[in-house]
Amino acid sequence: MTMTSIAPELAQDPMLPRRYRIQRVQREISDTFTWILQPVEGNTVSPFACGQFNMLYVFGVGEIPISLSGDPGKPELLVHTIRAAGAVSRAMQTLKAGTVIGVRGPFGVPWPVEAAQGKDVVIVAGGIGLAPLRSVMYTLLAQRARYGRVVLLYGARTPQDILYHKELERWRARFDLDVAITVDRASGAWFGNVGVVTRLIPHASFDPSNAIAMLCGPEIMMRFTAIELEKRGMAAEHIFLSMERNMHCAIGFCGHCQYSPYFVCRDGPVFSYDRIRALLVKREI
Amino acid sequence: MQAHDIILAQHPFFAGVKPQTWSLITPCASFLHVDAGKYLFHEGEEALYFYILSEGKVLLEAFDAQLGAVPIETIAAGDVLGWSWLFPPYRWHFSAKALAPVQAVTLDASCLREACERDHDFGYVLVRQVAQVLMQRLQATRLQLLDIYRTPERGKR
Repeated sequence: MTMTSIAPELAQDPMLPRRYRIQRVQREISDTFTWILQPVEGNTVSPFACGQFNMLYVFGVGEIPISLSGDPGKPELLVHTIRAAGAVSRAMQTLKAGTVIGVRGPFGVPWPVEAAQGKDVVIVAGGIGLAPLRSVMYTLLAQRARYGRVVLLYGARTPQDILYHKELERWRARFDLDVAITVDRASGAWFGNVGVVTRLIPHASFDPSNAIAMLCGPEIMMRFTAIELEKRGMAAEHIFLSMERNMHCAIGFCGHCQYSPYFVCRDGPVFSYDRIRALLVKREI
Repeated sequence: MQAHDIILAQHPFFAGVKPQTWSLITPCASFLHVDAGKYLFHEGEEALYFYILSEGKVLLEAFDAQLGAVPIETIAAGDVLGWSWLFPPYRWHFSAKALAPVQAVTLDASCLREACERDHDFGYVLVRQVAQVLMQRLQATRLQLLDIYRTPERGKR
């Protein structure tokens, strides 16, 4: 990856959005789409690390945090996969290529991709949780020899809800990746796995004593996945989860995303399981 | 020892079985091969065997007149299949179809129940192991029922 300096305007004011143009809109599944964004001003490039997020601003509507799901080796284009689930994200779904939006970022603590070198890597994703982990997959595949076994376990609601279908097919065809996909519900036309993603863990091939796990998906899915990984013998400090909270300022200033002693935007979104295990079962936060 | 005895002895399900008990279990064992697309058993049939899958993949399904065959869960190599053979009325509640060619060790249900009656220590180990599998499947089913990937109706920006 070519190291590029942080965009000067970001270094000056992280609250100031930069203008990006939607170069392309890619429909993924029924309620989910991907934006490929290009900077409007010159060649401004914001390098990012796997697991970080940007604040995307639809002018006149609002701003939301969205994970970066592209290749960190190609930071000149920002790639964001977005699920239309609220007022802002639904407005985003109506925007066409050519529209200019505001971008702040990248923010947050990334996945421990460098720390995983020399180890097996277990990636467990649920639903749209595959988006922030796709960046990890790109990085691992670009430097495949630096890692041990790479296992991707992905759970979706139905076969129609499987994100990045074509990429998953390509990854499944590789001999140096173990990819398993399961769906919670299926019709008779589906010949793959049926059941929750945690059911794939006992069958996955990796060395629990020398592995790093990265989990992203609904919180309850990550909680039960972490429990299953511990049953396999993984240490809690080697299991990493990407948390989601109501992030507004993205710099640990406003307090909207406070998660007990942490601000998810600044101290996360990626946390090791040992740091937040007790918080995951607290109802008050 | 025969090949299926070795598979059983190495399977975690039988980890707590005492060496002297194997003489009760091994006469119950035999090998089974099922081609992809064929059924291991059908809903409502007498539950004659307990299955230890060594290869392949099995789909548990229910049948509904309107929906047809509804997939419930897949069982992978290394898993055990079936507990209806242990509890009256000893009939399968679902059907099991091989999605990929299946190699399994089967244990004859009446032979296994008889072994449990003759050796209650073994019976306890077996029921405890079945309960463990039941618990894992129940927890997974509860998670499945939560429908965790659905689009939330509120609270999102």
